[in-house]
Amino acid sequence: MIVIGASLGGLQALQTILRGLPPTFPWPAAVVLHRDKEPDSSLCELLQRSSALPVVEVLDKQPIQPGTIYLAPADYHLLVEPGHFCLSTDDPVCCARPSIDVLFESAADVYGPSLIGVVLTGGSRDGAGGAARIQREGGIVLVQDPATAQNAVMPAAAIDATKTSFVLPLSQLGGRLIQLAQSKLPLHFPSPKSNS
Amino acid sequence: MIPNPEPAQGSEASELDRLLDAVSEGCGVNFRDYARSSLKRRVMFRVAEERAGTISGLCARVLDDQACMERLLMSLTIHVSAMFRDPGFYAVLRAEVAPVLRTYPFLRFWVAGCSTGEEVYSLAILLHEEGLYPRSRIYATDLNESVIEKARSGVFPISTMREHTRNYQLAGGQGAFAEYYTADQDLVIFRPFLRENMIFAAHNLAEGASFNEFHMILCRNVMIYFNRSLQDRVHKLFHESLIMFGYLGLGRSESVRFSSFEPCYETLSPKERIYRKIK
Repeated sequence: MIVIGASLGGLQALQTILRGLPPTFPWPAAVVLHRDKEPDSSLCELLQRSSALPVVEVLDKQPIQPGTIYLAPADYHLLVEPGHFCLSTDDPVCCARPSIDVLFESAADVYGPSLIGVVLTGGSRDGAGGAARIQREGGIVLVQDPATAQNAVMPAAAIDATKTSFVLPLSQLGGRLIQLAQSKLPLHFPSPKSNS
Repeated sequence: MIPNPEPAQGSEASELDRLLDAVSEGCGVNFRDYARSSLKRRVMFRVAEERAGTISGLCARVLDDQACMERLLMSLTIHVSAMFRDPGFYAVLRAEVAPVLRTYPFLRFWVAGCSTGEEVYSLAILLHEEGLYPRSRIYATDLNESVIEKARSGVFPISTMREHTRNYQLAGGQGAFAEYYTADQDLVIFRPFLRENMIFAAHNLAEGASFNEFHMILCRNVMIYFNRSLQDRVHKLFHESLIMFGYLGLGRSESVRFSSFEPCYETLSPKERIYRKIK
């Protein structure tokens, strides 16, 4: 499972990553893009135009399928449960709903080491706490190189919180995801669940 | 592998189970079939607020301190809404549902999980403007008695009125929203005629039975907090409680698609999630 968080300048960054993923890409990816609270289906359509994989806006309890891009709907938090998504209208986190931290933390709870978190451009600290949680649960965090980000605050905060060594220019993030998917490395990590 | 300094998920999950057992015994409300991901966030928020350290710490606290238990219960049940939330929903209600409702001599509505009543007053105002309110009864239920009391009072903070007014206008409101309430310093009270055909009652969707037959049920952004088996229970309850060709209104990102009752409904508005019972 992949979780991606993006804010200011995030649409373009997301389009770049999606363009790099082949139709055979095996993993599901859940995306929180900070967005206006009014519903706007054109965002999903814009992302679809850049993606060989199907892009859908999540409905509550929607099952998680391989090779699909799931976009958090406007004005809802997106959370992960075993096998499906769940939504909430709880208070904004880091001034955001959907919030990247909410997605990342719930996904880390369920997927542990089989999770990859990606933090892209943005002007807030949302995603830093969630990225740290992904790492604590054994997952991998990739961060867009702040030098290639339209706004460096969010990726810089995530790097600071995780000290991750996977800091990559935007143009290389898609390729790294493909590599990780081919190695299937994270899927073979033992889960902390089974150790306890 | 990177070591896991936090308590392993398995033990945290069982801590949560024990807390839910304590709540169930202490207040008779069962949260075991709530969606774990959002429930856990709310519990962790209480853990932080009460400075309890861990879920087990909070569990010990609630067993010892009734006020702390009630704060937790409040935190787990309240759903904040806005009047005319998702204005498009109310616009479809007005344009497509109201003309059909007009053909009935008497109308019963159920706002399930009404929380502090924003949707109830929105519905009453819409029915009033469509000339349907005198023949309507709105049953508004929630499992939390204190929010029902608030809903019944018709008192809302004045600070929210700007958003509500904007929503009302976007939803095709036909008058001036301010005519429906009287302001008093920081609060507004809605006009008493709106409350005349509202019936408020405590009802727990997780355990309660069908109590009437309705022309329309509104349950918006409530079931997102339930797990799939509880959602299915509630869908069964709604299906039993709707008249044939009655309407079901869900939240903007909810669907009957993932429930076993999908074949029982036709979609009136795919965007605004209004469904009609056809079998």
